[in-house]
Amino acid sequence: MSLNHIFDIAGSGMAAQSIRLNTTASNIANADSASSSEGDVYRARKPVFAAVQQDAMRMALGGDIMNDQPENQGVAVQGIIESDAPLDMRYQPDHPMANDQGYVMYPNVNVVEEMADMMSASRGFQTNVDIMDAAKTMMQRLLTLGQ
Amino acid sequence: MTISFSNALGIHEQALDVRVRRAEVLANNLANADTPGFKARDIDFKAILGEQMTSKDMGATLKMDTTNGKHLPFGSDGGSEALLYRTPSQPSVDGNTVDTQEETAEFMKNTMQYQASFQFLNGKFKSLVHAIRGE
Repeated sequence: MSLNHIFDIAGSGMAAQSIRLNTTASNIANADSASSSEGDVYRARKPVFAAVQQDAMRMALGGDIMNDQPENQGVAVQGIIESDAPLDMRYQPDHPMANDQGYVMYPNVNVVEEMADMMSASRGFQTNVDIMDAAKTMMQRLLTLGQ
Repeated sequence: MTISFSNALGIHEQALDVRVRRAEVLANNLANADTPGFKARDIDFKAILGEQMTSKDMGATLKMDTTNGKHLPFGSDGGSEALLYRTPSQPSVDGNTVDTQEETAEFMKNTMQYQASFQFLNGKFKSLVHAIRGE
């Protein structure tokens, strides 16, 4: 029974959303980490989501297309990229990290954007939990067949 | 009179199977709600159930068959011609066509219909047991 697949799919969704929440937490925590050189400064990190599709792979391995429904494999985080948005340069000559011109580099983290991202991630996580719960109920129901 | 499970259980066995497959497709849509460029998909329930029923009757329609697991399936993608793309209600910048609310509603509806099919199937089994016991 392919109800097992739903657990995998919802699980992959939950994993992806928690990675997103992790990057958001890291970005917000480092929003004010000052640095004196462009190379050292923290840059906002973003996960890249991609749908997992393994039709071709499964087919090559002789999988049963009819019954396996290989189109549905959930979501995966393809990688985490660093934002190339311009850095925040502030003129603070008294700051211990100030460079020769008196500028301090701050990360390119947009806190408002991160908060919105955080809410979206937690809602997405919640949806996946609900799906898993529904699949669990369906499976428990199925186990009582004939009783 | 011949007694066979497929005659006794009727359409509900296939219906339950298609409901599970649809739940899987909808769960995949929701897992990819934030994936850029992902296109939401859904099953044409009537078409896929009809397909299953005819394949059960054997020979009702002439279909291309494969004799080896490594053969390419004939048709769009082998037996899932009814797996279609959803028409988005509003465009999004990243090309994603998943509407979380709509998908959640469809998923819940599908779960209820699954339970209905299950009740019917369970009822069929119960009446078989009644018949066997002669109560």
